[in-house]
Amino acid sequence: MAKLLEVRDLQTQFSTDNGVVKAVDGISYEVEEGEILSIVGESGCGKSVGALSIMRLIADPPGKIVGGQVNFDGLDLLTLTDSQMRQIRGNRIGMVFQEPMSSLNPVLSIGRQLTETLELHLKMSSGAARERAAELLSMVGIPDPESRLKDYPHQLSGGMRQRVMIAMAISCDPALIVADEPTTALDVTIQAQILELLQSLSRELGTALIIITHNLGVVARYADRVLVMYAGKIVETGVSREIYGDPRHPYTIGLLSSVPRLDERAGGKLEVIEGLPPDLIEMPAGCSFAPRCKYAITRCTAETPELMEVDGAHRSACWRFSELPEIAASTGQEEAS
Amino acid sequence: MTVTQTTEDVLLEVRNVEMFFPVTSGIIFQRKVADVKAVNDVSFSIKRGETLGLVGESGSGKTTLGRCILQLHRQTSGDIIFDGQRLNGLGTKELKPVRRKMQVIFQDPYGSLNPRMTCGDIVGEPLIVHKLTASKAEYRERIAELLQLVGLNPYMAERYPHEFSGGQRQRIGIARALAVNPTFIVCDEPVSALDVSIQAQVINLLGELQEQFGLTYLFIAHDLSVVRHISDRVAVMYLGHIVELADQSELYDNPLHPYTKALLSAIPIPDPVLEAERERLILTGELPSPMDPPEGCVFHTRCPIAIEDCKQGMPKLREVSEGHWVACIRAPGY
Repeated sequence: MAKLLEVRDLQTQFSTDNGVVKAVDGISYEVEEGEILSIVGESGCGKSVGALSIMRLIADPPGKIVGGQVNFDGLDLLTLTDSQMRQIRGNRIGMVFQEPMSSLNPVLSIGRQLTETLELHLKMSSGAARERAAELLSMVGIPDPESRLKDYPHQLSGGMRQRVMIAMAISCDPALIVADEPTTALDVTIQAQILELLQSLSRELGTALIIITHNLGVVARYADRVLVMYAGKIVETGVSREIYGDPRHPYTIGLLSSVPRLDERAGGKLEVIEGLPPDLIEMPAGCSFAPRCKYAITRCTAETPELMEVDGAHRSACWRFSELPEIAASTGQEEAS
Repeated sequence: MTVTQTTEDVLLEVRNVEMFFPVTSGIIFQRKVADVKAVNDVSFSIKRGETLGLVGESGSGKTTLGRCILQLHRQTSGDIIFDGQRLNGLGTKELKPVRRKMQVIFQDPYGSLNPRMTCGDIVGEPLIVHKLTASKAEYRERIAELLQLVGLNPYMAERYPHEFSGGQRQRIGIARALAVNPTFIVCDEPVSALDVSIQAQVINLLGELQEQFGLTYLFIAHDLSVVRHISDRVAVMYLGHIVELADQSELYDNPLHPYTKALLSAIPIPDPVLEAERERLILTGELPSPMDPPEGCVFHTRCPIAIEDCKQGMPKLREVSEGHWVACIRAPGY
């Protein structure tokens, strides 16, 4: 498969009264055509800012993309002019946001919002755009699309609004869709509907999909590859099965064992990652996870680990990744006894 | 047969509780045009020291039910019996001693703490309201003790809510609930707003406190994995009705109601190998409006196995095997 997006050493910072927040601190990754990549992490780890930076949607000031490259379609998106960028955003890269209510314009009908994109990017006539809009709505499973075009966002439920957002995202047949926590605000059964829809559209249309989420279950169900982020950095990356089956970063291990699972018996204690994520203004020296890490050694607080190859595409930013399964097993036994 | 038990160890009994909110129309002469049937003929009981999980989607009535139990809403009809005492009809004064026994932890750790009060005053307010401490020194000591209990440092009593993280704020909420030595706590989505690693800390804390003080919980949540972890028994609500109620392991291993099955199937398990093999049962459509619920079984509009008879009326919750209650005419054994 061909490379669609290549992010190199991306750095985004926010200047605040208290100092500079390094929200994204040098992340590099690739997205291949048609694949589903998931970026997972807790609030404040930089997963959303990272994705918004790709599309240059960072408000400046206070935010600023201070370094790196974003290669897409043979262009470095960070060097484009604003009007060139507008040709890409919503056209070649579609977006689905977390809050469908605040991402849609409340005073424009659904139809107008959909046709606007089509007329702007694809230069469709208003009649053709209207027809295409109705077709898009039926593609995302909205019943009776013709009459729905006249509706305003407040007349739709949360799930329906998110479907409209998806219709807008796929309207110009993009090569990539970035979905930032697309289902967090929705109910469980609707969540499943929306994710299934995104997955099937991605397969049918051959669109690559970046799903940003904090839900490890969603990642397991839908993603081909995973990036785990912590404090502005990628700490582990690889194919989903490897990350879940053989995690090689203490943070990933901690995350996986701290969620209660549906297929597990009740009772007992959950494994806990002690402490809180670091202050992004005053980052600890060395590995940013070291202060919370059970397995930290002196090297961890002195030198910052880069992503190192575990096995092929599976990479971890932990000095002790090779011995980690062993140490984790032995400390597990100690705790049990 | 009723869903409620009559043994002595029952702490809370909810009998045929209904909570309707009137919908009015007109500005000067407001007339009632409809009811939102938030809670509709719900019965169950909770034993001492037990955790009952209550799951459902938004609009299913789970929070309203919790508020009815606490008498924050006065139910339209039905009985709530707490520790042998009927709560309906009690006045504010008579309710006060009962309120010492039942407490609540709210979902939103940002909205449920007064931003102008210090952490210590928030935790200490119930002590003042119920006159539980005799002197200033005792008051301060008790606050320090409560903060330590929930894993906060006593010196944090001087801080204001905005100085705490989400997980710490939820700990303050828990300390406030514990201040009056309650026997029963309604936990209304206590971990939904928290990050995964912090969620685990709070769930563990709730478990430890239950063991230490013999607390009884009604644990309201929409996340079935969390509910499974913490509950002894689980009730599933849909559009104001309890559609299934069973022991935690029974409900997850052998769900009988089609809605429960769909809910369970909708939750992804963090294991890609397992997920690849799992059958996915995706419900079509959305939750109907509680103002205008469907005729007959409230779930039949979205039910994959509905038949003509399902439109005939809401099936009663019935015990199909020991301790396993279901409200579906298509369920085996119903």
